[in-house]
Amino acid sequence: MDTRVASKKLGLKERYAAMTRGLGWETSYQPMDKVFPYDKYEGIKIHDWDKWQDPFRLTMDAYWKYQGEKEKKLYAVIEAFAQNNGQLGVADARYVNALKLFIQGVTPLEYYAHRGFAHVGRQFTGEGARVAAQMQSIDELRHYQTETHAISHYNKYFNGMHHSNHWFDRVWYLSVPKSFFEDACTGGPFEFLTAVSFSFEYVLTNLLFVPFMSGAAHNGDMSTVTFGFSAQSDESRHMTLGIECIKFLLEQDPDNVPIVQRWIDKWFWRGYRLLTLVAMMQDYMLPKRVMSWKEAWEMYAEENGGALFKDLARYGIREPAGWKQACEGKDHISHQAWNTFYNYNAAAPFHTWIPSDEEMAWLSEKYPTTFDKYYRPRLEFFREQQQAGNRFYNKTLPMLCTTCQIPMLFTEEGDASKICYRDSDYKAYKYHFCSDHCKSIFDHEPEKYVQSWLPVHQIYQGHCFPDGTDPTAEGFDPLMAVLKYYEMEVGRDNFDFEGSEDQKNFAMWKGEAPAQGEQK
Amino acid sequence: MNIDLQAREITPLRQTYAHVAKYIGGDKAASRYQEATFGAQPMVNFHYRPTWDPNHELFDAGRSKIVLSDWYVLKDPRQFYYATWTMTRARQQDAMEANFQFVEQRGMVGKMPDGVREKALTVLMPLRHAAWGANMNNASICAYGYGTAFTAPAMFHAMDNLGVAQYLTRLGLTLGDPQCLEAGKQAWLNAPEWQGLRRLVEDSFVVQDPFELFVAQNFALDGLLYPLIYGGFVDDHVALQGGTAVAMLTSFMPEWHDESARWVDAVIKAAGAGSDANRAWLRDWTGHWMDRAQAALSPIARLALGETGETVLSDAREQLQARLAKTGIAV
Amino acid sequence: MSDVFIAFQHNEESRPVIDAIVADNPNAVLTHPTGLVKINAPGSLTIRRETIEGLTGRPYDLQAIHVNLVTLSGHIDEDDDQLTLSWKH
Repeated sequence: MDTRVASKKLGLKERYAAMTRGLGWETSYQPMDKVFPYDKYEGIKIHDWDKWQDPFRLTMDAYWKYQGEKEKKLYAVIEAFAQNNGQLGVADARYVNALKLFIQGVTPLEYYAHRGFAHVGRQFTGEGARVAAQMQSIDELRHYQTETHAISHYNKYFNGMHHSNHWFDRVWYLSVPKSFFEDACTGGPFEFLTAVSFSFEYVLTNLLFVPFMSGAAHNGDMSTVTFGFSAQSDESRHMTLGIECIKFLLEQDPDNVPIVQRWIDKWFWRGYRLLTLVAMMQDYMLPKRVMSWKEAWEMYAEENGGALFKDLARYGIREPAGWKQACEGKDHISHQAWNTFYNYNAAAPFHTWIPSDEEMAWLSEKYPTTFDKYYRPRLEFFREQQQAGNRFYNKTLPMLCTTCQIPMLFTEEGDASKICYRDSDYKAYKYHFCSDHCKSIFDHEPEKYVQSWLPVHQIYQGHCFPDGTDPTAEGFDPLMAVLKYYEMEVGRDNFDFEGSEDQKNFAMWKGEAPAQGEQK
Repeated sequence: MNIDLQAREITPLRQTYAHVAKYIGGDKAASRYQEATFGAQPMVNFHYRPTWDPNHELFDAGRSKIVLSDWYVLKDPRQFYYATWTMTRARQQDAMEANFQFVEQRGMVGKMPDGVREKALTVLMPLRHAAWGANMNNASICAYGYGTAFTAPAMFHAMDNLGVAQYLTRLGLTLGDPQCLEAGKQAWLNAPEWQGLRRLVEDSFVVQDPFELFVAQNFALDGLLYPLIYGGFVDDHVALQGGTAVAMLTSFMPEWHDESARWVDAVIKAAGAGSDANRAWLRDWTGHWMDRAQAALSPIARLALGETGETVLSDAREQLQARLAKTGIAV
Repeated sequence: MSDVFIAFQHNEESRPVIDAIVADNPNAVLTHPTGLVKINAPGSLTIRRETIEGLTGRPYDLQAIHVNLVTLSGHIDEDDDQLTLSWKH
């Protein structure tokens, strides 16, 4: 059955120790500092790696056994979904745009996590921590691959997914997740663990997974639901790594506390900003709505997060610095983000639309203090314009926040009529930010953030045209050249859902009459 | 599900992702391995230099002397992606579990001659640490290598090596007790016959070029270690002396080694095919590390097999050279 | 005192585990979000292998919960016989 059969003499803890930390040794032919060159430079002090508690003591035999079972079940569903044209079980083709956002913006992050955990899985001197990180590395590869496989079937039938990885490295809004994870991977091993395992996989993870997975369940996407559940049990192991690593760091030396606090502040804020895309998806892109972003935030961030930070108070850790502002933002960010994507849909490879009256009534109910006051009027105006034949697309480029790289669409705390602008001067240049917290992140590590590959700056510098483009040529259209560089199929991947190929095809496949103002 | 739908034409718009099609000659039906592997790793527009290695980008082909215009040529002939790798290993784990139960229930350890049992422990327990070193090196290859075709199987290989170390640990607890593990560790740290190997392993820990590390660990060292120990020692010696249980409880190792050797050789072959310069590096690395590995393993061969140890090791070297020749690298 | 929680996929395999948790944790509260069974308990929650084996009539490896586990909260303590989630505040 398992390791208990072979060695009744040792309990789980001791057996696991023999199977992991007992395997390592203090090197002598090469100095430890050369074998493990990166575990001191962040200033974190570890006195005794033996105090590391291995959560979920999975040895490889158990790992293979249980993961193998999960894969068998998952791929059986993926196969059945493909065989039965499961994509037709989706109630409303607008839903598929949530999947486009997922494959473009989330799946590549799994890949980064895979490589990042391989790195820390080599670099920590503590063997137990290395093994946990290595298991997470292959788990993340699993997620990249299963998501790619599950969505592959959708890719055959819908646009906006076929070139996801190419877009991830180039398209303006995807630099938000790309820079987030590269920031984590390029930090030191302890920061990486605090950023990913703790802040993302523990504090914020439910805010990523629950919206997408319950969104999938409510909108008839069996394939994604199955993937989601299957991946979640890996996530439980990842969460325990996160909480264990933070406890370990805080217990090893009081000098670690301020360093860890600063990382918690930074990564909570960067994670919160990244989740703007999820908030928008949850409130606007799910035809059958589950819960609002605001409700999800209250349950998973305020309630759960509250319990967690109460627990960590005994180490001298407080709530993240941006906590209050993030809570204030729950009434606003989804609407503000959708507004931006609606405007910029010529340059984004998924569809947008104006919500139906019924959908707007739901938004009014869920956001009683903000939706009707600030956001409904805009949407109704856009709808009027569209119906008058003026569905417009913004062709100028927005200013981006240097840190989170989101366009400057966020408003001042307490005043949603004022865009929030902050700036810093650094070595002869002025840098711009969406918030005090993004500014503070920059100010602490300016040498890092001045390197950012900001898409708007890059476009203006001429770095986002296909090779061989001549911008001085007669009739040169810079936006079209950028879309060529993006390798987006103009008219198929982008623009409004109304009149899209996705809309027409889906109606045809379902045997419905061709669309005439299709939205309900 | 409406049965009418099957009669309706639902024609796909495309067969696969564009970043996969690019590597398989166009938009065709792609295998799961292809979709899982091609185009996965970002290659451009990185935002920040690693604070732990500011001389390189996050993913940087420049970490290696090997130069390839397309790193996706380093395909894995086993075509493992996560699902097929785990399911394959799960089946192998079932077989190993059955072996452990069989040995336990038949009391085979008790029936083994003491000398054979002790010799098995003496030779095999320190190798837990060699396998652990291989785990570390393969994690390194995954972290710092370039291209998913090369790096993903390296992480599988890292976990496989951990599995080997853990099977050896279970073997120790079955043949002996926790004290045997400690004795093996002490031998690894202090006994003269093991120091050459330990030095080699520690030297490998500071190899910076991920491809050189791949050659040193997966080809040169393991390419000699596995035939010597699991072929020469376990199968041809211990098993014949009443130690069949040891062969059963380590049966994963030679089977896995043979399977993964196909991957290792294919990668070397594809890299060598890239250019004369690549072949020159591969020639240097394989020659250097095979020499070092053979020297390091020599006292262990003698420990395990006495007088015949050296011959068995030379045979293993010859066969490894033959493997190498088949990849197009002449030494 | 804050709640700990654990959630499983709602299927045949997780049934005895959930029943065991309910039997051993009198303050546990069950809810059923789509496709899941979520169990909340104030302060701490324990899963006992022996209780599960009593329900299934067969040996049970606690690590098998990984196949159907979805999410959890709280600090974990695990050995061959039990798994406990708890908060320390």
